Amino acid sequence: MSEHEQFDENLALFALGSLTGEERTLLEKHLEGCAGCRRELEQLRGDMALMAMSVSGPKPPVRARQRLLDAIAREPHRTSLSTRRAWWALAPWYAAAALALLAGWFWRQSDQLSQRVARLESQSAEQQAQVQQAREVVATLTATDALVVPVTAPNTPPQPQGKAIYVRNKARLIFVASNMPALPPQKAYELWLIPVQGAPIPAGVFKPDARGSAIVIHPPLPAGVEAKAFAITVEPEAGSSSPTMPIVMMGAGE
Amino acid sequence: MSSAELIGGTADNSLVSAVRSGDENAMAMLYDRYSSIVYSVALRVLGDTGAAEDVLQEVFMQLWRNPGGFDSSRGNLAAWLAVISRNRAIDAVRKRRPDTDIADVIVSVEPDLAGDAERARAMEKVRGALGAMPSAQRSALEMAYFEGLTHTEIAAKTGEPLGTIKTRIRAGLLALRKAFNP
Repeated sequence: MSEHEQFDENLALFALGSLTGEERTLLEKHLEGCAGCRRELEQLRGDMALMAMSVSGPKPPVRARQRLLDAIAREPHRTSLSTRRAWWALAPWYAAAALALLAGWFWRQSDQLSQRVARLESQSAEQQAQVQQAREVVATLTATDALVVPVTAPNTPPQPQGKAIYVRNKARLIFVASNMPALPPQKAYELWLIPVQGAPIPAGVFKPDARGSAIVIHPPLPAGVEAKAFAITVEPEAGSSSPTMPIVMMGAGE
Repeated sequence: MSSAELIGGTADNSLVSAVRSGDENAMAMLYDRYSSIVYSVALRVLGDTGAAEDVLQEVFMQLWRNPGGFDSSRGNLAAWLAVISRNRAIDAVRKRRPDTDIADVIVSVEPDLAGDAERARAMEKVRGALGAMPSAQRSALEMAYFEGLTHTEIAAKTGEPLGTIKTRIRAGLLALRKAFNP
């Protein structure tokens, strides 16, 4: 006996509602995947409908009609679709609700992003302003056409002067000098950072311009070095790894 | 299919569509057309007019509440209502809750049963087929169909092998089908 023949026997019982237990479970599982058996089940139900045609009897009482009509009048018509299909009918509403939730979520995300962008734009504008200001400061300090005027006490001859501005934890150094004496050929001034401990650290080689002005900006330095003083020596143009005596200028930190 | 059958079938579909829209008059027309079948089957199963009337009410209320449960493209309404009525009546006899959604009950039947004339012809053929069956087969089919007895219960009642009862029930149903497709 083939599988289908076995199910054929049970299909009639299933149609009549008398198949139970494991046999019913097995058949239901088989029906899910077997269109042929589903068709046969539909036809067996058709046979059941024919069996109903064998019956004749009295018509239902007149009151039954009114009872039904009263009942349907009382009961609002809900939907034209079966409960099985009801979720399909509601699918657009589910979709709409999901879209509304998504829209709300995106709106919040968008709002947060907008605020973040606004903050970043604000920060960026602030930083650009700072950068612009720094550029202008540097441009002024380094301009070849700048008028550099040492301001001293009256009747005092101009003295070589330098100012080192050092930020230790960022290892940033700017040094500005004026009235520097002219150098011998192939020589240059070298700035030294004199640490609290250890040997002097080279902090840039420079040559003053014709008016004795010079500037050193951000020479490479190790980070976090505590400076005790800054000193200037005269060195070969390429610079030295250790200062060559004498020290021509020197200043200690306050 | 005759033109009368075609008109009957088309009208059923139109009425069911109207019921989907909440048309109470369409519901009344369907009741007038098929309440006899529904009630007769229920009464034959239950043997009690009050209980049969309850099944009649329940079957048509299901159609009202859930007209989409009947798929007009896959069967005719008379056959569907007859099967739903028989099943609900058996549920009442066996005092069990319906375990099948009406939308799952698809009924495929060859003859059109929409008109009184078609149903009268069908009754004649079915009765003829039942009369032509061996009495044991007809008895097994009627016990299963009208009394809602399981094959196991029928086997116990008649003292015959379970396999024999299974075969008789199925063969009985197929014989009804064959009466319309000789």
